[in-house]
Amino acid sequence: MGHSSSSTSSHGSVKSYVTGLLLSLVLTVIPFAVVMSGALSTATTVVVIAITAVLQILVQLVMFMHMNTKADEGWNVMSFVFTLTILVLVVGGSLWIMQHLHLNMMIG
Amino acid sequence: MATDTLHHGAASEPHEHHDATGTKVFGFWVYLMSDLVIFGSLFATYAVLMKGTAAGPTAADIFELPFVLVETFLLLFSSFTFGMGVLAMNAERVGQVKAWLAITFLLGAAFVGMEVYEFQHLIHQGYGPDQSAFLSSFFTLVGTHGLHVTVGLVWILVMLVQLSTKGITPMTRPRILCLSLFWHFLDIVWICVFSFVYLMGVL
Repeated sequence: MGHSSSSTSSHGSVKSYVTGLLLSLVLTVIPFAVVMSGALSTATTVVVIAITAVLQILVQLVMFMHMNTKADEGWNVMSFVFTLTILVLVVGGSLWIMQHLHLNMMIG
Repeated sequence: MATDTLHHGAASEPHEHHDATGTKVFGFWVYLMSDLVIFGSLFATYAVLMKGTAAGPTAADIFELPFVLVETFLLLFSSFTFGMGVLAMNAERVGQVKAWLAITFLLGAAFVGMEVYEFQHLIHQGYGPDQSAFLSSFFTLVGTHGLHVTVGLVWILVMLVQLSTKGITPMTRPRILCLSLFWHFLDIVWICVFSFVYLMGVL
């Protein structure tokens, strides 16, 4: 825990924040342009939106929130990964179950 | 016993403060993780109900993407200006911290203002949360995020007052750090709203 307080959230430099901002702007504009232009097929557009969203989340977690494995002996990353597991179960499970229910209702 | 504790506390005071800040910020991080589960369940609800438009408007009918893009930029820039505020705090420049926090507040307030306008506009057109399952889940998800941002705005005001009266102290420092995590977290949740609700909604 010795140097954890500074590494949890007060590290970072002007450079890392500017880099984070520029990357976020690019990763916001790309899916917006793809959707507005309608140049790609729907399936491809969905993939582009999902990938740019995940990338931007990672950029902000690292550049803005300074999530790393060194701070707090990695407990912040650990709790985040645990939460992601819960989210996959809740969101994925809900969609899966409701999809099946929907199909069963259609047949019935 | 009491003297012992006191003595121990006094002897290791700088170290205690250091640890206390880290523990507080990590504790707040754990709260954010639980908040993430709340948003996750609201996203799941929206994903399940989004096709349930009950002969009312669909997502493609009511979303205005350029408007939402401006909202996204406001929140993104406010996340950046808060980061600058934390850097100013590390450099012990209280005036600069207050200036960056004030800019962050204005950007956040503009975001909330635009969202309130969007909601009013939708309700005025007769597309309120009572019209369909899709609109109920949409208003709940986006409204919960907007409520969080509003709470963040109040928190920024409180910190501006505390910075003016107390300055940068072992008490205010962890509060600013927690607030910065809260603010960045809301920006990340908004990326998901922008991508999965608005952008995918109009496809």
